[in-house]
Amino acid sequence: MGEGRSPAFYWLAAFFALFVLFLYGPMIVIFILSFQGPTGGLTFPMNGLSVHWFERLWKGGGIVDIQGAFLRSLELGFVVMILTVLLSLSAGLAFRKRFAGSNLLFFVAVASLIVPSIVTSLGIALEFRLLDDFLKKHGPAWIANNLTTTMGTFTSGLGAHLTWTLPFGLLVMFAIFNRFDNRYEEAARDLGASPWQTLRYVVLPIILPSVIGVGLFGFTLSWDEIARSSQAMGEHNTLPMELQALTTTVTTPEIYALGTATTGVSFAVIALAIFAIMVIRSRQARHGSDAGQA
Amino acid sequence: MTAAIVNTPAETAHAKTAKTAIDRVGLPGWLQALPFGLVFLSFFVIPLILVVIVSFWDYNDYEMLPSFTARSYTENFEGCLAQLPDLCTILRTYVSTAKFCFIVWVTTLVIGFTVAYFLAFHVRSTTTQMVLFMVCTIPFWTSNVIRMISWIPLLGRNGLVNDALVHAHIVDHPVEWLLYSPFSVSLAFTHLFTFFMVVPIFNSMMRIDKRLIEAAYDSGASGWQTLWNLIVPLSKPGIVIGSIFVVTIVMGDFITFGVMGGQQIASAGKVVETRLNALQFPPAAANAVILLVVTLMIIVALNRIVDVRKEL
Repeated sequence: MGEGRSPAFYWLAAFFALFVLFLYGPMIVIFILSFQGPTGGLTFPMNGLSVHWFERLWKGGGIVDIQGAFLRSLELGFVVMILTVLLSLSAGLAFRKRFAGSNLLFFVAVASLIVPSIVTSLGIALEFRLLDDFLKKHGPAWIANNLTTTMGTFTSGLGAHLTWTLPFGLLVMFAIFNRFDNRYEEAARDLGASPWQTLRYVVLPIILPSVIGVGLFGFTLSWDEIARSSQAMGEHNTLPMELQALTTTVTTPEIYALGTATTGVSFAVIALAIFAIMVIRSRQARHGSDAGQA
Repeated sequence: MTAAIVNTPAETAHAKTAKTAIDRVGLPGWLQALPFGLVFLSFFVIPLILVVIVSFWDYNDYEMLPSFTARSYTENFEGCLAQLPDLCTILRTYVSTAKFCFIVWVTTLVIGFTVAYFLAFHVRSTTTQMVLFMVCTIPFWTSNVIRMISWIPLLGRNGLVNDALVHAHIVDHPVEWLLYSPFSVSLAFTHLFTFFMVVPIFNSMMRIDKRLIEAAYDSGASGWQTLWNLIVPLSKPGIVIGSIFVVTIVMGDFITFGVMGGQQIASAGKVVETRLNALQFPPAAANAVILLVVTLMIIVALNRIVDVRKEL
């Protein structure tokens, strides 16, 4: 150890480079192909260079309501992001103390990651169908007569997404608090800060970069989710569901354009989150923590 | 969140005693965890219970009928005993899904372990380590379907791989088994989910005390001996966590099998989906229960190797 590079290093480095090529290569290919000319097909060669397929996509070009799905996914992702941050933060704080049922809750959250998504999705669909039936039969007249379904993007769909994002959020919170130095809190308490003040002015500023990471998890996991959404979205599909449906019907580069646009949003969100984290980190480095500067 | 309670000015005298208690220790843990718990109760626990209940209901062409019957289960296994030693459809589907699980488990484990090992032990600067780690994780933040369809221009009949093979005179005609085949399904799984191996294994490796490796080196262990007798055993928790993720994902998947298999390859998850598309809820639920039981058995088996909770 410590001396020059062993031959193993170069083999492993080459392996790693191939792995990165394997990860990114295919995606780069479809980004290029999405700028295919109007007469181009699903594979190389490129017949010119254009944004033809993006235009067609945005106009709706015969295929389903892409704009609607795009906005719906964006709204849903945003709501999921906020709730994931708030609920995982709160639960993460709870898990630092002992409370009745903490083991059970942890077990349920991890189980939610591991139980096949199609099972969870089916369960949520059944739950809302039975609720519909119940309301139609036994609900008050003003509900029973007007109700079509209680399923929707922001009822069953939101719930389905949260069962996917919250366990990740909680695990990240565990990682955050495992590394958190409790002495900051003790110092704040000794100086007479209330629990809320300790949280607001000491704990939160320190963990803020990681909390942004949780938000990023929440948004991107929701933005790309299909399996859990498949049965639980009600009548309106999300963007990835439309995309999946298109894989069987569309035979033009339009689908690559949609892929490029979707990935663009993911990358923009990642870039934004990384930028925010870097700004906060450099602020912390310059000023120390801003803890206590109310 | 806690602000609303602690800082509300209009507290009654009665509430003030409670407030001082809260001022000292903060909100009780169960209350802070309540919203989180309610989400899982409403959208996970109750739905799972309903799946089990409905799997015992009867059904006809257009609705489910509350009753108690094992019809949805027995229909699945009809003729299975009579057909032995030939496998009936459902057993064949599960055996085939298990085969995919095994193939994908091996490929993701070998690739994931090698990548994690390189990052943890051969990259020396922490910054480089973190940057390379980010490079591995960023694709995880993008859509799985897009990552699947991105194989089409490469593997298709007129794709880059076939072009190269034909040009190099390795084959005369484009080969057909590259896309919409068991090969493309396994490839896509490996492409999508090696991430789930890299992260926990890397995490376990970063916890290994580097002095142990120097001790092994000083005691005359070769590189392979250090790897096999020291690093592999100490990375076991990460390997098991990664394996649980990968195996359960493949077991319950229906999207990758659908898109990359050209809707032609059966899988345990796809059986549920097919029933759902036909709006046959009780049989779908029964198949979901079978899938769940098989998945849980796999996890219990893997969990015997290592206590996952201790390792987080």
